[in-house]
Amino acid sequence: MLDPTAQSDRAIGRVEVKNTTCYMCACRCGIRVTLRDGQVRHIEGNPEHPLNKGVICAKGASGIMKQYSPARLTKPLLRRAGAERGESQFEEISWEKAFDLLAERLGRIRAEDPKRFALFTGRDQMQALTGLFAKQFGTPNYAAHGGFCSVNMAAGLIYTIGGSFWEFGGPDLDRAKLFVMIGTAEDHHSNPLKIAISNFKRRGGRFISINPVRTGYSAIADEWVPIKPGTDGALLLAVIREIVNQGLYDRDYLVQYSNAAELVIDDPARADHGLFKRVEMHIEPGCFDPENKLWWDRELNVAIGTHTPGADPYLLGSFTLDDGTPVKPAFQLLRDRVQEYTPEWAEDITGIPAATIRRLAHEMGVTARDQTIELPIPWTDCWDNDHDSVVGNPVAFHAMRGMAAHSNGFHTIRALGILMTLLGTVDRPGGFRHKAPFPRPIPPCPKPPKGPEDVRPNSVLEGLPLGWPADPNDLFVDADGEPVRIDKAFSWEYPLSVHGLMHNVITNAWRGDPYRIDTLLLFMANMAWNSSMNTVKVREMLTDRDRDRDGDGEYKIPFLVVCDAFQSETVAFADLVLPDTTYLERHDALSMLDRPISEFDGPVDSVRIPVVPPTGECKPFQEVLIELGTRLGLPAFVTADGARKFRDYPDFIVNYETSPGSGIGFLAGWRGKGGEKFLKGEPNPRQWEMYAKNNCVFHYELPKSYQYMRNWNKGYLQWARAQGMTRYAEPITIHLYSEVLQKFRLAAQGRRPGKQPPQRLRKRVETFFDPLPFYHEPLETRLVDSQRYPLNAITQRPMAMYHSWDSQNAWLRQIHTHNYLFMSPRVGAANGFDDGDWVWVESPHGRVRCMCRFSEAVEPGTVWTWNAIGKAAGAWGLAPDANESRLGFLLNHLIAEELPPCESGEHVSNSDPVTGQAAWFDVRVRVSRAEPAAAASAPQFPTQRRVPGQVERRGRWQAYVAGIFGKR
Amino acid sequence: MTQLALVIDLNVCVGCHACVTSCKEWNTSGWAGPMTDQRPYGRDPSGTFFNRVQMFEVGTFPFTETVHFPKSCLHCEDPPCVPVCPTGASYKRPDNGVVLVDYDKCIGCKYCSWACPYGAREIDEKLRVMKKCTLCIDRITDTSLPPAERKPACVLACPTSARLFGDVHDPYSEVSIAIRENGGYQLMPEWGTNPANHYLPRRKTRMQIHEDELVRADNPLKKEAPLPAAQGETLDDVAW
Repeated sequence: MLDPTAQSDRAIGRVEVKNTTCYMCACRCGIRVTLRDGQVRHIEGNPEHPLNKGVICAKGASGIMKQYSPARLTKPLLRRAGAERGESQFEEISWEKAFDLLAERLGRIRAEDPKRFALFTGRDQMQALTGLFAKQFGTPNYAAHGGFCSVNMAAGLIYTIGGSFWEFGGPDLDRAKLFVMIGTAEDHHSNPLKIAISNFKRRGGRFISINPVRTGYSAIADEWVPIKPGTDGALLLAVIREIVNQGLYDRDYLVQYSNAAELVIDDPARADHGLFKRVEMHIEPGCFDPENKLWWDRELNVAIGTHTPGADPYLLGSFTLDDGTPVKPAFQLLRDRVQEYTPEWAEDITGIPAATIRRLAHEMGVTARDQTIELPIPWTDCWDNDHDSVVGNPVAFHAMRGMAAHSNGFHTIRALGILMTLLGTVDRPGGFRHKAPFPRPIPPCPKPPKGPEDVRPNSVLEGLPLGWPADPNDLFVDADGEPVRIDKAFSWEYPLSVHGLMHNVITNAWRGDPYRIDTLLLFMANMAWNSSMNTVKVREMLTDRDRDRDGDGEYKIPFLVVCDAFQSETVAFADLVLPDTTYLERHDALSMLDRPISEFDGPVDSVRIPVVPPTGECKPFQEVLIELGTRLGLPAFVTADGARKFRDYPDFIVNYETSPGSGIGFLAGWRGKGGEKFLKGEPNPRQWEMYAKNNCVFHYELPKSYQYMRNWNKGYLQWARAQGMTRYAEPITIHLYSEVLQKFRLAAQGRRPGKQPPQRLRKRVETFFDPLPFYHEPLETRLVDSQRYPLNAITQRPMAMYHSWDSQNAWLRQIHTHNYLFMSPRVGAANGFDDGDWVWVESPHGRVRCMCRFSEAVEPGTVWTWNAIGKAAGAWGLAPDANESRLGFLLNHLIAEELPPCESGEHVSNSDPVTGQAAWFDVRVRVSRAEPAAAASAPQFPTQRRVPGQVERRGRWQAYVAGIFGKR
Repeated sequence: MTQLALVIDLNVCVGCHACVTSCKEWNTSGWAGPMTDQRPYGRDPSGTFFNRVQMFEVGTFPFTETVHFPKSCLHCEDPPCVPVCPTGASYKRPDNGVVLVDYDKCIGCKYCSWACPYGAREIDEKLRVMKKCTLCIDRITDTSLPPAERKPACVLACPTSARLFGDVHDPYSEVSIAIRENGGYQLMPEWGTNPANHYLPRRKTRMQIHEDELVRADNPLKKEAPLPAAQGETLDDVAW
């Protein structure tokens, strides 16, 4: 062999190096792609990128195997005439024919009833464009995957502190001393969190992980606190009680920056019970949270306007106003609420010893109080008080789906937001920090449509498909209070479903409840497999025909369009398949209008720029939308005389403005004619070029004085308003007490004029729209026999695999080739089976056969598995006998998308009653020994055929060498 | 003499496998490639990896530790795989101590893998030659790369910087300091192989709270006590 030092690798073949943005998961790290003779040689982290600073993860480093995967779709496909859905029998068609077909069908729908077209997308990162398309089309039936992912985390915190985790904000581990991580899947947020946790540990920070399972990040925690799934709320409320009763809260912070001291009307007989006492004063027009509220001053012993200079209010007490109104500070109500949540009470529920709960509270409280950070950064608050420094209490939290994916998740997450506030950590050094455009008003300003009248033929939708209700009148319901959206979002069933309920779309459309639709367009969402609950039944719904209506035998969901880059399970059910590109073949804008990759220190957005040409006839979905929008004559995509406005997606990104002359477009960097402006400015024809020259990322670093306390930072808020990032520059007071929720409760009690819930939902809304967090058992647990199903079943997401995406990847599938059900050996001992045995896992909704694996790193009442490793035979370019389908399994078959019939209705979603968050982790199961001869997991499905345009499955050997792979 | 090596910090390794695939990605198209995959899309796929992450559970619930343990060739100072090689394919570079295999000389007899007590060698079943970690010899010696990038792919990739790379014979190197100061250890030193790669153990941070710290003088609850009001007669009214 040639001596390895004799020749540089870069001397072999024609070498090109290009920057773009990763998409092997949703984190969007900067990557540098080296090509050799046009093939991908190497993908590495871009050292100059603010997000990942040069590192890359297992998925990112395996992008080559995604690019050249035999699962790639390469041609538009139409279901063969006479073939059944699900049989995966397609004929190749041209894009021209695909567009003709779509434009004709969608044009007809738009002219008749736009809501019969539904567009739902997966982890797409282009909601700014897909949402725009839906609004322009006029359909409200649009959402991305947030409803079945972590909407509780978004809504629970945004309705409390005006921001949330991941894209919205996160733990400031650079300065934290104590880090508490609760129920975090290991990809949210991936590389940035790994970088931060390891640095935090090196600096000697203390890391506590609260999780039923000890894997990944939890493995390196200084302390693992195992907890029973779905009980985080009980733990947090007990911790809050201890913090409140011990006086370990940051009083000044609560008084100045939250509504803790504000006086709430406390008279159950009154129609305004539970609302803040408001007084007459000048209110800025459009003000979202007027400061016309009262404190009770300690010195003067009278009610006084909030933030009156020199005032020092009581946080506790009970007072009577001059007009006789009995009032209490919100903090008193919180204190009253949490008294029943003793650590001993929480021990029984969570499985965490009471002494541990007390100690956790003390560690948090004492660290926050005694290890205060003071940074010499002057800033001015919204009440014109100048501060010489920024102070921080260095306790940071991170939480994600483990808390969110329960039907009690919203209140659990509200409790977390309140705990963070009690400790005085929100947007302070060492605590939680926002990322632009957050913080936003509580709730943010965009609102959904108001009623059926907002959906009209051949018209743009009134309101936005997704928004943030601030009171019952913002709900999207008809005159009877019933839903208008196909997923019933923003109805009384799930009033604050700010990300929609994608997990109920197919079931509702199939049942015709609330109505039938015509065309369902799914982008990058594997709804016939791991993205659906009740997968077996959902697959049947997709093939179910309407035999009883007028005998035409049409499918109940008449037309299903699937756009994906890979041969997923859902592709088999499509009538029309649109082959998407990979991330290495496309332009993308990771926009400030969507969820940008902002840092704590300021706004950041980024782009993808193709590094290789599209494979076969693959076309980016963005191009599909722009072409369709143009053909349908949607106003945003055509000129006044109906002509094409944008050549293609890159042209759209440069020239689209939210309204003519607004200066706000998809990308914030290098705006203005010559690229001299940012955030706001006229279109710059050379904008892509400038992103390309700058690592595909635009990073605006705020002045230090605007980097903290942004909810109440006058300079920051005025800057944000001037840059068009927010509509108002008012203080964003933390909603320790949620008046928003109380307004829904009053409506449910019939004590508030305006929109009223249907009778069957009054009790539900009254119960769950509690202005203070409370603990309740997950809904399903209350409706099923938990003696018969004694175990909780959950999934975790492995760090080397993103949802269903990576089984087509020859390298990553060798890390997780099939999944096991992990459980305590005690479960095996109690049920008579051994490590590695085949077992049946049974829930009230179905059963699955799989292999078990004993683990000491799991709470004994919990069984768990890796998510989305199991595949349907033949899908994802794999051989029919691949381990993923033969031995792997999905837990989804055990999870229902609807609750058992109850007083709230026959078909209520298995979701959080506030937000519609899919309650994946509420499922209860039992396990039993399976027949030892079992050689495969169950259920199994007929082998999915490969589709035209998929490359031949590779043979027994694959040896990838860039430059010569696949070439003879 | 220079002895290049990895120091792997188990205190921060989260088992993400970034090192596993970034290694494969670099090396499959590099000097030591290809890294062949058998049945890449079929049943029981099995490919060549120079670096794998093993996971162990230590202890019983609830006192369980989950340990992620990345493992690759340890580039022993006295590598047992070298003398057993009948063709001289297995060799240790004199300039930097990296242990390599010359595929042109390798006959795939597997003596080296039997001799290696760490199971660090991987036979390429297709080409019938033995392969192993080269510390990315074609990166670390490539002077056309910027110095910061002359590191093994796994080191550059590692999101937790759990992998340090350098000369363990240089007492001032980052790796030597880490070994010295953080209890770095060799795997199975009793075998006399003197592995160049080292591991750093888990380290715990704890917090002690004295009970006094819960009852501080400035407890904010004190501000919530009702204000003292006039109580009628005082000593001033009745005494002199």
